[in-house]
Amino acid sequence: MPTPSFDAIVVGGGHNGLAAAALLGKAGRRVLLLEAADAVGGAARTVDLAPGFRVPEIAHLANRLHPEVVRRLDLKRHGLAFAATNLATTSLSVDGRPLTLAGAFGERLEGDIAEAERVAWAALRGKLLRFSGVLAPFLSQVPPRLKNGGIADMMTLGKLGLGIRRLGRDDMREFLRMVLMNIADVLDEEITDDRLRAAVAFDAVLGTSLGPRSPNSLMTLFYRLAGQANGVQAATALPRGGMGAVVAALASAATASGVVIRTGAGVASILVEDDRATGVVLASGEEIRAPLVASAMNPATTLLSLVGARHLDTGLVRRLTHVRSKGTVAKLNLALDGPPPFTGLGAEGLTGRLVTAPSLQAIETAFDAAKYGRYSDEPALEITVPSATDPALAPAGQHVVSINAIYAPFRLKPDSEAGREAFEARILAVLERHAPGIGSRIVAKDFLTPADIERRHRIPGGHWHHGELSIDQMFMLRPVLGLAQYATPLAGLYLCGAGSHPGGGVSGAPALNAVSRILADGKGSSLFAAGGKSRR
Amino acid sequence: MRRALPREHFEKPLWHTPFHPRIAALMTHEQWYGWGGYLSPQVIRDEEMEYFAIRNAASLFDVSPMVKYRIAGPDAEAYCDRLTVRDVSKLKPGRVHYTAWCDDEGKVLDDGTLFRFSPTEFRLCCQERHLPWLLDSAIGYDVEIAEVTEDIAALSLQGPTSYAVLRDAGFAGIETLKPFDIRAFETAAGPVTVSRTGFTGDLGYELFVPPDQALALWDLLWTAGQLHRIVAIGFAALDLARLEAGFIMAGSDFVPAEHAIRADRRRSPYEIGLGWLVALDKPRHFNGKRALAAEKAKNAFRHCLVALDIDGNVPAEHALVYHRGKREVGHITAAAWSPTVKRNIALASMTRPYGDTVVNDLWVEIYALRELVYSKSLVRARIVERPFFNPKRRSATPPGVF
Repeated sequence: MPTPSFDAIVVGGGHNGLAAAALLGKAGRRVLLLEAADAVGGAARTVDLAPGFRVPEIAHLANRLHPEVVRRLDLKRHGLAFAATNLATTSLSVDGRPLTLAGAFGERLEGDIAEAERVAWAALRGKLLRFSGVLAPFLSQVPPRLKNGGIADMMTLGKLGLGIRRLGRDDMREFLRMVLMNIADVLDEEITDDRLRAAVAFDAVLGTSLGPRSPNSLMTLFYRLAGQANGVQAATALPRGGMGAVVAALASAATASGVVIRTGAGVASILVEDDRATGVVLASGEEIRAPLVASAMNPATTLLSLVGARHLDTGLVRRLTHVRSKGTVAKLNLALDGPPPFTGLGAEGLTGRLVTAPSLQAIETAFDAAKYGRYSDEPALEITVPSATDPALAPAGQHVVSINAIYAPFRLKPDSEAGREAFEARILAVLERHAPGIGSRIVAKDFLTPADIERRHRIPGGHWHHGELSIDQMFMLRPVLGLAQYATPLAGLYLCGAGSHPGGGVSGAPALNAVSRILADGKGSSLFAAGGKSRR
Repeated sequence: MRRALPREHFEKPLWHTPFHPRIAALMTHEQWYGWGGYLSPQVIRDEEMEYFAIRNAASLFDVSPMVKYRIAGPDAEAYCDRLTVRDVSKLKPGRVHYTAWCDDEGKVLDDGTLFRFSPTEFRLCCQERHLPWLLDSAIGYDVEIAEVTEDIAALSLQGPTSYAVLRDAGFAGIETLKPFDIRAFETAAGPVTVSRTGFTGDLGYELFVPPDQALALWDLLWTAGQLHRIVAIGFAALDLARLEAGFIMAGSDFVPAEHAIRADRRRSPYEIGLGWLVALDKPRHFNGKRALAAEKAKNAFRHCLVALDIDGNVPAEHALVYHRGKREVGHITAAAWSPTVKRNIALASMTRPYGDTVVNDLWVEIYALRELVYSKSLVRARIVERPFFNPKRRSATPPGVF
């Protein structure tokens, strides 16, 4: 066997792959990062929509970039800056009475709303933030091993228990009562304003296969709220230069730590010899060897397609094939020849995040269609106007608009396939209602359903999180039982993508945890040792 | 092929095997039991006569309820190799081997026999149903798997005169069939597939035909067997014979991993005396390999299966095993007075190191019900070699004529 010239190969150049490669590089490993597409960044890329117009292809907000990733990779030195932090969310209403949730997760409510609602919201918001704060460490650390666990595993569990206990008696009871509830029931208890209910419920279900009344839809809100931007919990930010700036900073950090990045280099299979990963074979047939392979690709893709079921036990194969990963979010990116004319919204409103959902019930009704394999008749939208914050993204006076639309089920009934164009038209119709005349300003557009996202980015089901975020696919069960520790049954093969705990969103957290696991495993093993020590 | 259930199925939930008309005609005491959803005889006329037919003449037992899977396709060998713990690349076409298969944690799901008919066609015979497991194991393999239990009628012909029965029934060339060989024969009952296998530890054969040939096969054997004292038997007689042969049974001597509610009831092959099957060195990966390799490397087996020779003549069924008469170290999974070896024999599941490195001073506590009063006796037990009974005629080729 020839001496490997790399200590580690990272498969997949999305933000987690970049973060893992950079972190491994920082730890002294010689790393090769392989990306199938022509550019790194995966679903966090900023792309050209038309000459002079740049849009976030899929992910358009930074609300959970892990501070430890930013700090360890010194991303600020590598160019990461925010054009806006602490974005407001405005729940649009057709009657011109938008409600704005300003500050992190509606710190202040701006708009025409009853005083009693403000008081109720302040109480509920405080409670939800406290509770998600308890879960936050658990949502970022390596999930504990329940069987054969060590002291660190017990500590993680212990800290969660302690965090819950520290809430105090009343809050603890309330936490335990609520933790598995759905967001609709939670809001039914406290809030009556439709705009506010819709905005909060929307945040709970966006990116999941859940409606507001689906079980555990509060947990997904906790997941969202456990994130932070620029040091503020539950806040949302826009990087300068678009989401692609996060990718650029990660790539710069990776390159600075010696990572070799190869694009247009799709991995066809992972080499297995004597029950350990020994390298990869590219689609071109080229074979590259390294004693460590970390895959940021989907866990099922990695193990079933790249490694192959033949190297795995049936129980694990069965669990991997059962991972639910069917996306529900379509993306519509628009280039406009002028500002988007949203009713009742000033120039400042455009710099925030806009949500169109008339009511919580409207989201549930939209979900009903998805449940039965159809596109929603009345999609709910999350809209950002990146160029309003960062004018460099569009020619002067012109704009780009980035829209997430729910629900667009990945698995469609056979007769609904043709609904793709109709769904795009419905999104535009909803948009037109809130911004009359916007349609005539469109100069270019790009529309992606989950199926398109799957094709373009090799994300099974086009699911944001590489696997549904639900309680049976979270924590120690993510991606599946037996793989939650980022290690796989094959020595030298690790998972470091969003399919692993804690999940998706541009966070870098799975990569951070995976690398800490890799480095811990490497202690005492000369094979993974830093620098040239692995060479014989 | 799935038979449509008649609307009155709930009134008679146990199905009849293709041989049922013949067995029912012989049945005197209506001692039936359910085996895999089929009505099976426990005893047909007399348990002892049926047992002695196995050891002294020829016995005919209906094994149609045995679960059977057809595994075929270009990847069939690779698939069987990944599924089971033995090295299937060493199993030649026309041969059978005994094997076992495990879950991810290396716990035994079942044991059974794997028939290899050709390079690309196998049949797996076992006690439990495993279709979902077999299908999930096939992900990534070019192989077709079908349950064929209903499509194949099977008889087990066992005993010293079984060879003579087949010879006289017109199975030309049967004398050259070696143990674990499979061969197809043209007979007056149509084509019959015969393997020299069985569950008695004696000279014997298993015969497989499509269901519509079943009665013709039975009649052929029955007629040819009259001079050779053929006897139709029930499971009770077989159960004693299999214990003498030292064979274990799923559900009796170990709990199949998928049935175990209590995690500590599951057993690795090493813990039930099947360690010799596990080919850790075979080139292909197989289910449970990593767990089994780790278990072996750490010598982490928690249990072992032993054969016991127990003082006295009272069968030690369900008895506990003690070390020095005090410390509980295991339990009996099968026990009987063996009429053939004239010993009080048993199989026991022991907690290591007892039964493994600590083998002396073992005692069995036997409760015997004597006219409604239990009498308790603590008797000595000695670990002995399995099988308890292993006659030369079992493997002699050509077989002797008795």
